[in-house]
Amino acid sequence: MSRALSSPNVAPAQAAARPALAVNNVEVIYDHVILVLKGVSLEVAEGGIVALLGANGAGKTTTLKAISNLLGAERGEVTKGSIEFRGERVDRLTPNDLVRRGVCQVMEGRHCFAHLTVEENLLTGAFTRRDSRADIAGSLEKVYHYFPRLKQRRASQAGYTSGGEQQMTAIGRALMARPSMILLDEPSMGLAPQIVDEIFGIVGDLNGRERVSFLLAEQNTMVALRYAQYGYILENGRVVMDGAASELADNEDVKEFYLGLSTAGRRSFRDVKHYRRRKRWLA
Amino acid sequence: MSFFFEVLVAGLLSGVMYALVALGFVLIFKASGVFNFAQGAMVFFAAATYAGLQQEHHLAAWIALPLALAAMVVLGLAIERVVLRPLVNQPQITLFMATIGLAFFIEGMSQMFWGSTPRGLSVGVEDQPFQWLSDRYNVNVSQFDVFAAVISGILVVLLALFFQRTRIGRALRAVADDHQAALSVGIPLQYIWAIVWAVAGFVALVAGLLWGARNGVGFSLTFTALKALPVLILGGFESIPGAIVGGLIIGASEKIAEVYLGPHVGGGIEGWFAYVIALAFLLVRPEGLFGERHIDRV
Repeated sequence: MSRALSSPNVAPAQAAARPALAVNNVEVIYDHVILVLKGVSLEVAEGGIVALLGANGAGKTTTLKAISNLLGAERGEVTKGSIEFRGERVDRLTPNDLVRRGVCQVMEGRHCFAHLTVEENLLTGAFTRRDSRADIAGSLEKVYHYFPRLKQRRASQAGYTSGGEQQMTAIGRALMARPSMILLDEPSMGLAPQIVDEIFGIVGDLNGRERVSFLLAEQNTMVALRYAQYGYILENGRVVMDGAASELADNEDVKEFYLGLSTAGRRSFRDVKHYRRRKRWLA
Repeated sequence: MSFFFEVLVAGLLSGVMYALVALGFVLIFKASGVFNFAQGAMVFFAAATYAGLQQEHHLAAWIALPLALAAMVVLGLAIERVVLRPLVNQPQITLFMATIGLAFFIEGMSQMFWGSTPRGLSVGVEDQPFQWLSDRYNVNVSQFDVFAAVISGILVVLLALFFQRTRIGRALRAVADDHQAALSVGIPLQYIWAIVWAVAGFVALVAGLLWGARNGVGFSLTFTALKALPVLILGGFESIPGAIVGGLIIGASEKIAEVYLGPHVGGGIEGWFAYVIALAFLLVRPEGLFGERHIDRV
């Protein structure tokens, strides 16, 4: 546990300069009736890693899709608020426009193109680029440099690779668009802890060396806070808490709700449920 | 023996023509998961437009051909824009029903423009056997069939290269696999679908010209086009090579069945024998010979 609290990656609080991404009071409604986000605001600094935490159904994925404009494909709609990337309103753009501006989402559950090879998957990521073949081949080499495993599997159909390799393929595919910000949705889902560490390590690397910012939705709070500098906690479509990653990791409530740690010792399961119900956070 | 050979070759060559129609289905199915029931109607519309331009407006072939091509591309783009785009994210069956409606609309429209009387159509190659083959080996092989097979072969190679080697082709296959993921990396679905429908219009034109030249341009073209169904079941809905091989098998086996099996059961089995093969095939290999297997993680 102490690893989580004494991470070398914990930077000083969010930079004061204008954030790269600013989400202001966004409300999202699905199918014209289901209110999912009830006014979410958050910021991601240029070159930062920000964690978006919360339980199932809290609205993490919806927040990311609201930013990347992928909601339309699921009959969702941003009905209030604004989203700005580098000072420009982006909430009415198409995903294509947004990728061209440097924001790319890696969706929950990997979503590789199963029948394409790993290399073809990566190349589709460069669709929006007008660069020469040599430039794109250069980016491909760079992705292989970060994910050496993908180089070995380059000719395999992505559908037949392991979960970890698919996650790497999905991140590598996003990198091929040369994004300045990646919206990464649950990279740890369904993966062995060792693989999760490997992938987060690469995320940290990409952030440090390529200056790619990350907005990271995770249920694996401990790992996410180890790599992020700042975190937001969502519950029921609202941000209920935010702060520097180290502060969040130290917070008693966070420890209890998301890390399963408590100062009060062990309690019976029945008590825990009761306690949780009483102590729901208020927005 | 030379008679068997003749039947086989005639069957294979007509199979290539089936494959050509099947290609149109495969293209759209591959990229959007929609089974386009209107493909047959598009074939009919293409042939009727070309024949109409030539005979009603007395245009030369080199003017009529690009005009018909333009009409098909515009039709494809219009279908994508007016019918499919508003229906995106609807269940598959809704889209399928929409294409059925579309089929009748296109049939009606082409009869409105070009009338309902069947026309002849010539592409400049006669349906005559090669004289030297008949003289030397006593085998009759139609020049037109060979011509059609060569055209189809070229088209298939071009399409395969387009799908496998180009950036747009790769994006097409990506969209076929996963719409959402394609969107997330910035592939605009509408743009891709517009391209697919335009290409499908082009394939329908080639198929329409060849079938029209062989059987005449009439309403029955739409039914001929439905022969593509057993071809697709045999070859697989997502596979261009599958459409070709499926076409060849269906073409050859229905001709051979008609000639050798037909007399024993009273004849006339050519029309439905293909569907029997397809049914039998469904039981053994439902994804077809070359269809994409579903990759599931268990």
